[in-house]
Amino acid sequence: MGPVPHQPILNESIRNTYFHVALWMSMTIMLFTSMVFSFKYLRSGLLDHDDKASEFAKGGLFFGILGCLTGSVWANYTWGDPWPNDPKLNGAAVGMLMYLAYMLLRSSFEDEQRKARISSVYNILAFAVFIPLIYILPRLTDSLHPGNGGNPAFSSYDMNNEMRKVFYPAIIGWTLMGVWLIELRVRVKRINRFLRERVANADTAAKVHQ
Amino acid sequence: MKKIILLLLTLVSLPQLLFAQAADQVEMADKLRADGKIWVVVAVVAIVLAGIAINMFRVDSKVSKIEKELNIK
Repeated sequence: MGPVPHQPILNESIRNTYFHVALWMSMTIMLFTSMVFSFKYLRSGLLDHDDKASEFAKGGLFFGILGCLTGSVWANYTWGDPWPNDPKLNGAAVGMLMYLAYMLLRSSFEDEQRKARISSVYNILAFAVFIPLIYILPRLTDSLHPGNGGNPAFSSYDMNNEMRKVFYPAIIGWTLMGVWLIELRVRVKRINRFLRERVANADTAAKVHQ
Repeated sequence: MKKIILLLLTLVSLPQLLFAQAADQVEMADKLRADGKIWVVVAVVAIVLAGIAINMFRVDSKVSKIEKELNIK
């Protein structure tokens, strides 16, 4: 195991930075990508872009849930409570609920284009609210998380260059892992769409033939 | 009737058994706080792996559905 700074309370659990923190970072990247694809859908009207936007949001949500669970375990043994009433935690919970609402919104439309258009607009708004909720608002008040309420994050206090050597590649690694999982789902969706279109085309061709 | 009585007896005596054990050893979750809390990291890694496994299983079921639709054996 690589060398890490020796901290009171945290002890060796500082290594969770490579998992918990890196997961949240790559989740932010995924949700940002999702928003970009929503913009692209609104510009182009191609359903493929909307598929990607929804799957990236789903992947981000998946990493977010993992982040919440790992954070709970970590907090239980360092802060002494699986869910301390920390502004960052509550912001993250509201953010997760927003993306769950996005999933619900998607499943409540029949018409594909209509569904894609409305949920794209919602997705862009959700990301615009999500960033202040988890990155800006906790910084304005006191929070247990580093980087909030006067606690410096990623500074020499809680990170050194030995940790950075692992931490930054970890973010890239988790992002690539997530993108791979998302891509598998996008491909499944694409195959499904292709099949449905072929069946529809065959139907119309049969009708014309009659 | 006998079974029910037996079950009730077990239910009544169960907490006592548990509390008797708790009195012997008060400290809890020792393992996770031992060795500089390294086991917390192990727990976190386990959660992440379990999550990825669940995700993979769901992708698997989606692929199976398509296979079924196309009659691929």
